[in-house]
Amino acid sequence: MNTDHKNDHYVLDMRDIGKVYYGTRVLGGINLQLKPGEIHAVLGENGAGKSTLMNILFGMSVIHNTGGFEGQVVVDGEETFITSPVEAMHKGIGMVHQEFMLIPGYSITENIKLNREITNPGLLSRIAGKRLEILDFDAMNKDARKALDKLGLNIEEWVKVAGLPVSFMQFVEIARELDKENLKVLVFDEPTAVLTETDADRLLETMRMIASEGIAILFITHRLDEVKRVADRITVLRDGQHVATKNIEDTDVFEMANLMVGREIKMTTAEVDTSTDKKVKLEIKDLYVDMPGEVVKGISLDILDGEILGVGGLAGQGKIGLANGIMGLYESEGSVMLDGKEVILNNPEKALKQGLAFVSEDRRGIGLLLDTSIELNIVITAMQIQRQFLKQYGPLSQRENNRIRQHALKMIEELDIRCTGPQQITRRLSGGNQQKVCIARALTLNPKVLFVSEPTRGIDVGAKKLVLDTLVQLNKEHGMTIIMTSSELAELRMISHRIAIINEGKLEGILPPNASDVDFGLMMAGEYHKVKGREVKADE
Amino acid sequence: MNKIKEFVDRFGLPRIIIVAFLLLLCVAAIMLEIPITDLISDALVRTGMNGILVLSMVPGILAGIGLNFGIPIGIVCGLLGGLLAIQFNLTGFTAFFTAVAISIPLALVAGYFYGLLLNRVKGSEMTIATYVGFSIVSLMSIGWLVLPFTSEDMRWPIGTGLRTTITLQGRYERLLNDWGSFNIMNVTVPTGLLLFMLFFCFLVWAYLRTRTGVAMIAAGDNPKFATASGINVNRMRVTGTMLSTALSAVGIVVYSQSFGFIQLYQAPMFMSFAAVAAVLIGGASIKKANITNVIIGTLLFQSLLVVSLPVANKILADVSSLAEIARIVISNGIILYALTQIGGGE
Repeated sequence: MNTDHKNDHYVLDMRDIGKVYYGTRVLGGINLQLKPGEIHAVLGENGAGKSTLMNILFGMSVIHNTGGFEGQVVVDGEETFITSPVEAMHKGIGMVHQEFMLIPGYSITENIKLNREITNPGLLSRIAGKRLEILDFDAMNKDARKALDKLGLNIEEWVKVAGLPVSFMQFVEIARELDKENLKVLVFDEPTAVLTETDADRLLETMRMIASEGIAILFITHRLDEVKRVADRITVLRDGQHVATKNIEDTDVFEMANLMVGREIKMTTAEVDTSTDKKVKLEIKDLYVDMPGEVVKGISLDILDGEILGVGGLAGQGKIGLANGIMGLYESEGSVMLDGKEVILNNPEKALKQGLAFVSEDRRGIGLLLDTSIELNIVITAMQIQRQFLKQYGPLSQRENNRIRQHALKMIEELDIRCTGPQQITRRLSGGNQQKVCIARALTLNPKVLFVSEPTRGIDVGAKKLVLDTLVQLNKEHGMTIIMTSSELAELRMISHRIAIINEGKLEGILPPNASDVDFGLMMAGEYHKVKGREVKADE
Repeated sequence: MNKIKEFVDRFGLPRIIIVAFLLLLCVAAIMLEIPITDLISDALVRTGMNGILVLSMVPGILAGIGLNFGIPIGIVCGLLGGLLAIQFNLTGFTAFFTAVAISIPLALVAGYFYGLLLNRVKGSEMTIATYVGFSIVSLMSIGWLVLPFTSEDMRWPIGTGLRTTITLQGRYERLLNDWGSFNIMNVTVPTGLLLFMLFFCFLVWAYLRTRTGVAMIAAGDNPKFATASGINVNRMRVTGTMLSTALSAVGIVVYSQSFGFIQLYQAPMFMSFAAVAAVLIGGASIKKANITNVIIGTLLFQSLLVVSLPVANKILADVSSLAEIARIVISNGIILYALTQIGGGE
């Protein structure tokens, strides 16, 4: 339908975009072209560089405060240099946020028109200038109505946003963008993540409708089936690199999954242990965890004695909630048995006492006392839970500084924690060494089962390997059962004996570490059973 | 040069500025021929009498409730203890220790409920505490009028209620101050008072090294960490609040015996501010405090007050009303400075 003239014309053209944060390259050589009226999906795992790319597009201050970016951004044939989100808005680039950016106490109209209000001059404004003009609610309501009608949203424009169902908030957010007159590019950042299936369907339809009016849509997601349904073209990012741009007709879900996950695996995968005589160490049955953003909705899983079980999945799917729930940090429900004994849920003290230990994914928030010495960080949990490192004087206890020091020195040596001494405060340590302090604290408890969440997040490559080696060593030499949760599939495949993939709060499946990239990709996208199921049927 | 920088970092710039200011005042005092030995004696006494009130900040800060502006709760408990000792017509050390012994359990109970309240207002403890302090002072102002005390030493000669200031002469006035006190180069050292303060400092120090003490510090430092280590954060916050309240109760009894009077009604209203200022000047922050902060801070803050007043008086001798204003400006100025200089000194 498009004329040749239109085909040549890109509404947004990002050329050879790169970004370096503090000497670490996070993005390089990204090319992204958007035609008017097309839906262009940007695919990638967590940390592939999608958000950084969007931050560059919107001129977010994180980019400019850290030395800007490389490459060119051309909007409507004109090279532009966007330095703030407001400027992006003026250039006709809008965004529907993953977390809603709405003010709950304001009406829908007010939210739609925020900072772009229609005003009439009043008495005060004549004296004090334009900022004190009177709001023209009639005109604003009309505009809001128009935008809402366009979306087919049957709701009064004067209703307050607070208390609206999630899907409505999403649509209000879209309406706000549509109301901007010069809108050329609209970015949807994981728009369906919080929606039910029917609402998601409606949203996809709406996207089609918006695109048909000539607005280009950038669709960021990792739901491959949705991409297949609405997108015209896809661009895949991986580890900050541009992997491919394809027309949707030329690809399929398998290939997309492969492109997203696949990487040359430099690291070896763990050996697959085929022995089946191992007994079950930890038995999880129907576990529900109410952890905001990482809800677990009924997982049943057996963890074998002496294995390293990897837990993978995309962010927000609930893999993080699993360990946090069992350790009692978030409200949970279900049954967990350790060596055949019931673990009491919702009580961190009991969980620790029964021999579970946890290295949190939130190292600086939960894992450490940042302004306290390394030695106290290492022993404090054992001191509280097992009354170690204490001298009793009748009912009174005193900490035993000698033994604390000795133990800390031993741990510092064993785990190779680089520090000026056991009394250094942990805030001053590098990420990798902080992680080792967290691990040392868990080990001091001498746990039967060790949960480790995101052990390598935010630490450099060399330290990553050391941390992973430590886990393997613990597993091999002490036979410790380890459950490692990680967003990085590569590291899960490197050390785990089995890998459980969590999707939408449920166990999608368990794969051996040497399973194919496609299988992992499909499982993480929640497509595995749909696709494989179909295949099986086709075979029959 | 590096050594100097290291020293400045460790001691904290605010403290160096305050010490410099104090030295300047001392030089001024000598030049104005104010007897410096009297000033030093005064500073020692005031350090001893305020020390435990300042010490009461430590458990609060460490347990995570911030600066405990609510110590008037403990103070009225201490005052009640002091009054009951007079009511029982006790004298000497019996009276003093009875006052302490009565006020501690009262303060622990009051501190428990106060702690429960603070657990419900996490994030704005300090504002709430300030107003709880004000409220309890006002409430007890009614209390002092209606409580059934009968000792003639305490009641107004006509009418009902207790006097605003009640003398401790012949009861337990300056008991600790005089115990074992001695003169050295014209400076009087209030041995008993200082020892009593140091004894309480030792108790708190030892407590902070117990299992509960360590748990309390962790709960205050990082509640999420503490929860993950199986520590009951709310219980630890209540424990810290109770301790803080009890210490302030003991603190006011010590203060009264040194002052020689029990002051009722509005007197405790702003006592928390002086204690807060002292501990901050000593190098504490809203999250960190230790015994050294308490001792250094009390010594500096009280010395400043002791030295600055006669100096201001002398300089502004002709306009005597200005001297009082100068006093308020200086003492509140120090508090303000302390509040803006949170941090430094590890």
